[in-house]
Amino acid sequence: MKSRIFRAPEGSSTGGASEAATLSTAPAVGAHASAPLGPIKIAARDVSVFYGEKQALFDVSLEIPDKTVTALIGPSGCGKSTFLRTMNRMNDTIPGTRVTGRIEMDGEDINDRKIDPVLLRAQVGMVFQKPNPFPKSIYENVAYGPKIHGLASTKGEMDEIVQKSLKRAGLWDEVADRLHSPGTGLSGGQQQRLVIARAIAVEPEVILMDEPCSALDPIATAKIEELIDELRERYCIVIVTHSMAQAARVSQRTAFFHMGKLVETGDTEEIFTNPRERRTLDYITGRFG
Amino acid sequence: MTDAAQNLTEQGTTGVSPRTQRLKARLRARYARETRFRWYGRAAIGVALAFLVILLGSIITQGYTAFYAHTVTLPVYMDPARIDRSYPQGANFEQIVAEQQIRRLSVQDDEQGTKASAMKALLSSELKFQAAKMIARQPGLLGQTVPVAAPLSDDAEMYLKGKITRDQPEDQRRVSNAQMDWLDRMKASGAVRAHFNAALFTKGDSTQPELAGLLGAVVGSALMLMVTALIAIPVGVGAAVWLEEYSPRNRITAIIEVNINNLAAVPSIVYGLLGLALFINFMHLPRASPLVGGLVLALMALPTIIIATRSSLKAVPPSIREAALAMGASRTQTVFGHVLPLAMPGVMTGAIISMAHALGETAPLLLIGMISFVPGVPHAIDEPVGALPSLIYIWENASERAFHERTAAAILVLLAFMIVMNAAAVLLRRRFERRW
Repeated sequence: MKSRIFRAPEGSSTGGASEAATLSTAPAVGAHASAPLGPIKIAARDVSVFYGEKQALFDVSLEIPDKTVTALIGPSGCGKSTFLRTMNRMNDTIPGTRVTGRIEMDGEDINDRKIDPVLLRAQVGMVFQKPNPFPKSIYENVAYGPKIHGLASTKGEMDEIVQKSLKRAGLWDEVADRLHSPGTGLSGGQQQRLVIARAIAVEPEVILMDEPCSALDPIATAKIEELIDELRERYCIVIVTHSMAQAARVSQRTAFFHMGKLVETGDTEEIFTNPRERRTLDYITGRFG
Repeated sequence: MTDAAQNLTEQGTTGVSPRTQRLKARLRARYARETRFRWYGRAAIGVALAFLVILLGSIITQGYTAFYAHTVTLPVYMDPARIDRSYPQGANFEQIVAEQQIRRLSVQDDEQGTKASAMKALLSSELKFQAAKMIARQPGLLGQTVPVAAPLSDDAEMYLKGKITRDQPEDQRRVSNAQMDWLDRMKASGAVRAHFNAALFTKGDSTQPELAGLLGAVVGSALMLMVTALIAIPVGVGAAVWLEEYSPRNRITAIIEVNINNLAAVPSIVYGLLGLALFINFMHLPRASPLVGGLVLALMALPTIIIATRSSLKAVPPSIREAALAMGASRTQTVFGHVLPLAMPGVMTGAIISMAHALGETAPLLLIGMISFVPGVPHAIDEPVGALPSLIYIWENASERAFHERTAAAILVLLAFMIVMNAAAVLLRRRFERRW
């Protein structure tokens, strides 16, 4: 029985015109709040995470819609990154970590024993806080995922995937003439877009971003934010951020975490203008955190 | 701010606040400490360099004479009366040559032939083999006078190299005044010629110092190192990768870790005993062979390689691991595609340094039988060989004085071998080095 998680991603036929349109629009608070949310892509139910004896996450239940940017916000150590890492089972790589509860992707429990985390991670890409390109060429960086998953059978196919991914990541024009120079030689912002290109080269359905702009300057940050906004058309994006303004700019949904618990979740506009919880208000107005 | 600026500019003038004075005094003390520390460092380096210079200087001054040798070329009348055409090896060529040479130098011999014997002592036994070979190849030379070239004996060498001088009382040296005179005359006539000592690098060990070479030991050491490298590097790197990347963190792996660290500190002679018991007495592998030597040295090198590999694996930034894992690479793809290549410079350095260490190791070799005299050059890993360090040990203990300069030469060759290996380590490190 073939799991639904591993079906081939739907043909991405969304026109380039809308991409170009969003590119020119500067994101502003609530700009996309009215955009229709996609169907629920990931549903977490009572998820708790333990690092050894220490519980880092307490019974988090959260629904994440497709084709939407969901921001996870909260003070340091609140469990938002931990929650993010449960969605591609990266916590498995830390010895002594235990996850309880259900995380369903398209209705399928990703913690099920039948699910291979290696295949899951091909469906759920991840971008880290610090740009971490491999110390190889730009081309090899992007081609790495398709290569290990066997997505391209010829050199021509691979070239096409690399070009398409770099274009989608908005990096093609800057690196087209030096694809074979080292990826580590790019600037921080370019490296982060390279890493995003690497993640989307395997056509994932979900992209997790763990504070992708915290090591970047404002101009590089703006570029990445634009890119996130474009990528929303194709992917389900979950982003952890420390920047309130960034959450407001790029996300349609926001979830506020505090002390390992999910305090509040809702449309970004609502969270930022009219939060239900006192703690949320205190945090977004900068009274703590 | 202006107060502070004033304090800084008006140093030494009146009106300086006590706080500034305290700061200044403290600053002076800090600079003084730094200067002192720099001098400690320079002194330490100076002492280390001085010791190195003394060590190398003494080895070189003792050993440089081993790199040249003297050959004597004498016309020899191949007397058919004394040389059997069908069995030239049986002829006493040394006696024949010595007697002819005595006559040529117009020295009157006594009835016992002591002068001829004294002359014979100046010639190497190699002369006999050279002459016999010539006759065997060309029997037509019998009855003719032909030049024969051969090394001088070790005692004659020692005199020509100035290690035996006329200052010493004649009865306390191995070369008499008469012999010295003869050598001087032969040298003046051009019969004795100095040249680069190629035999040192092309011959195996010998009981005659003038015929002894290092090649056997160099080949023995190289064969042994090959066995060591083939076993220790893959096993050591594999063990380190498993411990660092795959093993669960539990009591058993903790015990393994502690033991590896302890094994690195076990004296090498213990490994020799282990090798003797395990490989020779139990597994019946051939004694004194490069196979056994390589196995013992591999056991010895393993902990070092494991520790070096683990620390260079640890030094690979975790972001690279996360990047590969998040791309859906399996653990093995992550380790062998990303982590290990990045750790390679460190792994290589560790491996080569432990190889260089193994190259110089002597104690375990003595226990597995590599102390015996092995003439010739080995060809296989299961035949008895000598190794450079054990050859140094054997030569240093030899009674012939000529062996002692060769000991120093062997040490220089061993050092050169190590310098080549360390240079290879540096080159490999440069080649594999990648920035991230």
